[in-house]
Amino acid sequence: MNAPLLSARGVTRRFGGRIACREVSFDLWPGEVLGIVGESGSGKTTLLNCLAGRLAPDEGTITYDSAAAGTVDVHALSEARRRLLARTEWGFVNQDAREGLRMGVSAGANIGERLMAIGARHYGSIRQTASDWLARVEIDLDRLDDRPTTYSGGMRQRLQIARNLVSEPRLVFMDEPTGGLDVSVQARLLDLLRGLVDRFHLSAVLVTHDLGVARLLTHRLMVMQGGRVVEHGLTDQVLDDPQHAYTQMLVASILPV
Amino acid sequence: MPDSQHDGSAYNYAYLDEQTKRMIRRAILKAVAVPGYQVPFGGREMPLPYGWGTGGIQVTAAIIGRDDTLKVIDQGADDTTNAVSIRRFFARVAEVATTTRTAEATVIQTRHRVPETPLKDGQILVFQVPIPEPLRMLEPRETETRTLHALSEYGVMQVSLYESIARHGRIAKTYNYPVLVNGRYMMSPSPIPKFDNPKLDRNPALQLYGAGREKRIYAVPPYTPVKSLDFDDHPFEIERWSECCALCGSRESFLDEMIVDDAGKRLFVCSDTDYCRERRGEPVQ
Amino acid sequence: MYVAVKGGETAIEHSLELLADRRRGARDVPELSTRQIHEQLALAVDRVMTEGSCYDRELAALAIKQARGDLVEAIFLLRAYRTTLPRFGDSLPLDTRRMAAERRISSTFKDVPGGQVLGPTFDYSHRLLDFALMANGEHPAAPTAPVDAAPDLPRVGDILEREGMLEPPPSEGSPHRDITRTPLTLPASRPVRLQNLARGDEGFLLALAYSTQRGYGNNHPFVGEIRFGAVPVSFVPEELGFAIEIAEIDVTECDMVNQFAGSHDVPPQFTRGYGLAFGHAERKAMAMALVDRALRAQELSETATSPAQDEEFVLAHSDSVEASGFVQHLKLPHYVDFQSELVVVRLLRAEVEARRRQAAFDRAAE
Repeated sequence: MNAPLLSARGVTRRFGGRIACREVSFDLWPGEVLGIVGESGSGKTTLLNCLAGRLAPDEGTITYDSAAAGTVDVHALSEARRRLLARTEWGFVNQDAREGLRMGVSAGANIGERLMAIGARHYGSIRQTASDWLARVEIDLDRLDDRPTTYSGGMRQRLQIARNLVSEPRLVFMDEPTGGLDVSVQARLLDLLRGLVDRFHLSAVLVTHDLGVARLLTHRLMVMQGGRVVEHGLTDQVLDDPQHAYTQMLVASILPV
Repeated sequence: MPDSQHDGSAYNYAYLDEQTKRMIRRAILKAVAVPGYQVPFGGREMPLPYGWGTGGIQVTAAIIGRDDTLKVIDQGADDTTNAVSIRRFFARVAEVATTTRTAEATVIQTRHRVPETPLKDGQILVFQVPIPEPLRMLEPRETETRTLHALSEYGVMQVSLYESIARHGRIAKTYNYPVLVNGRYMMSPSPIPKFDNPKLDRNPALQLYGAGREKRIYAVPPYTPVKSLDFDDHPFEIERWSECCALCGSRESFLDEMIVDDAGKRLFVCSDTDYCRERRGEPVQ
Repeated sequence: MYVAVKGGETAIEHSLELLADRRRGARDVPELSTRQIHEQLALAVDRVMTEGSCYDRELAALAIKQARGDLVEAIFLLRAYRTTLPRFGDSLPLDTRRMAAERRISSTFKDVPGGQVLGPTFDYSHRLLDFALMANGEHPAAPTAPVDAAPDLPRVGDILEREGMLEPPPSEGSPHRDITRTPLTLPASRPVRLQNLARGDEGFLLALAYSTQRGYGNNHPFVGEIRFGAVPVSFVPEELGFAIEIAEIDVTECDMVNQFAGSHDVPPQFTRGYGLAFGHAERKAMAMALVDRALRAQELSETATSPAQDEEFVLAHSDSVEASGFVQHLKLPHYVDFQSELVVVRLLRAEVEARRRQAAFDRAAE
């Protein structure tokens, strides 16, 4: 482990006159899960979109240590290369599963899409892989040919995770993956995610406003307020001994378990 | 002398003005140079309705000369009304010889079929295309489909075939069956039945595709590989009939089904009328 | 069995003869002259000229006559003729300030320089059928006001513009691109969009414009000004090098003023949507102006979620000749493709049936 997987340096993004995120720098190391927490409007989703190559920063650079091509500047890549990276080495889990899934085709086709996009042409083996992943995300196999429109919210989210992980990405971006789900459904999804992260040695950047989710899933935390990173450290350290007043306020505002 | 107006008409030879023809020829050359790529062109408003072959007509008008022999088919037949109408149009504005015999034609304009008689070097097959974009029904936005072509991102089409097998046990797509041209561009072969797809592959004739309403031209040069999409374990296959042609007995041709009485009795005959006539040894009418 | 299609050529000829006969109608009724059409069905002629992109009253009247009053068909006829005409060059942009306005109204001010001029309008007519017309009663000539000597009629927009309250019109000089000679590519520039809308089907634009008023992409529109009248057309022949007036044409112009919240860089001000049509066509010009403004959503950083704000959707479906052709092409034979479908659907049904039988057999065997 001699180079970070993902590095941000001075990332700034404005919308009109408003600065959504300002001079954010950090390194993500292989096998590490980094949490970005803050209230809505703190700039965490903007930052995530910049990191994932979906939104160009106004200033700063984001570099990624690609398995295929060595270190690359994410926003200097051609769109073709960036999209290739996004569907092979990366995954992106949306808060709203409908944005990350094809709602009009079956679960099997959803999981199989990435495989087909990179050249898989054997129906039987694509289907087998899709079944394996469906089992891994704890969905009954007899739902393989059903469309996600017939799935519950929690199942959709698990399907979206399977659809992303099927190509065995090295880095997954997650935007509030448990947002909008019932507490019991959330707990099951968190367990599942934790298991998958361990099993596949995933690196991930996770945006959440839920400190409980952050504590369960992440190794390190960045706390954002008004577009700036106000505190950054090991998750347990940040949550148990917050230094910045804003972090203290965030931590204090969660109900004791 | 295609540049001059011909006698007694207010219109230029082959209807289009020479500047327009040159523009269309440039588009055709570009299309031939990049097989399967849809070239936007300044499609003109033709005196026939959009959707009735205006793209094919413009392509034909741009390439035809007085020495050419034109054949026009619709549904494989020379005598369907739209084929008759287009043939009359060219006979009138281009004073061109017309034929129903595939072997005699230098230019064949077609809607929905590829002739059964194998084409030869030097022949040109002009297809009328309603929707040139093979990804259109999966992605309605032109801005997005152009990006997908530029990046060769064709996974979504394979997904639709996967879905068809998952639902029906086989690829249920029957016409306008998507193909990959020269290993690069995904292309709509126009709404020909998939029965005709194998004829596109390495065909000695030049294939030109014109979409008038959508203002696109694309091409498959002679002998270019054209592959119909499929899966290794669900290979591409064509339609089969248990019947043979009631007129010529062919078991190799695409058959049209006709209902011949109120009881629903069926009769099957060749869709390609010239091929069927040839096999029966009948003279051209 | 091939008789029906074999007779194709004769059938077509007979069909054309019948069509000509039906067009003429009962022979004891005098034949309609094209002059009667462009004098007495003037608004139909205006629409055909506008959507046919060809200012020629006589030809438009002929097209209407030949199309038996089917305006979309008449537009098609005029377009197919227009496409064969040689191009001599571009005229200079029309200056509608120089319009001899027969009608001019603004809904944003009680009075404006030049005054509110009602002119001929259906607006305040009570829509009662006038049975006197049935009896072909002659109508006395309307009194006309003395011609206003003022050469220019300033636009209401000019006044707001001077104050900085209204965005200025886009700067001139960008090379004009003729959408009847070059293919539409997206995203399109505003001049290209406006050309498309000017040729666009009035019914389609009207419905889209209406949708913006009902919450599908609200514009908050006010009629800054509508004016109708004759404007001179000038052209610079290469060999002369200076402009000469070559014609005078009637146009309807609509300058729609719309709310705009402003952004961080721009203080709040009004924006505009623009509509122009040949002849007297207020509904068309207004609908066009509303849709033009709706299509500027992205440029003005507004959320664009409604059909009227979707450039690709609007521009790709606005043309009546394209739409009419493609909808009606379904009348053409499609029996080859249908046969392909029949073959596969029968196969699929047979497979389902076989599975069902197998299942029944298995159950019986148990």
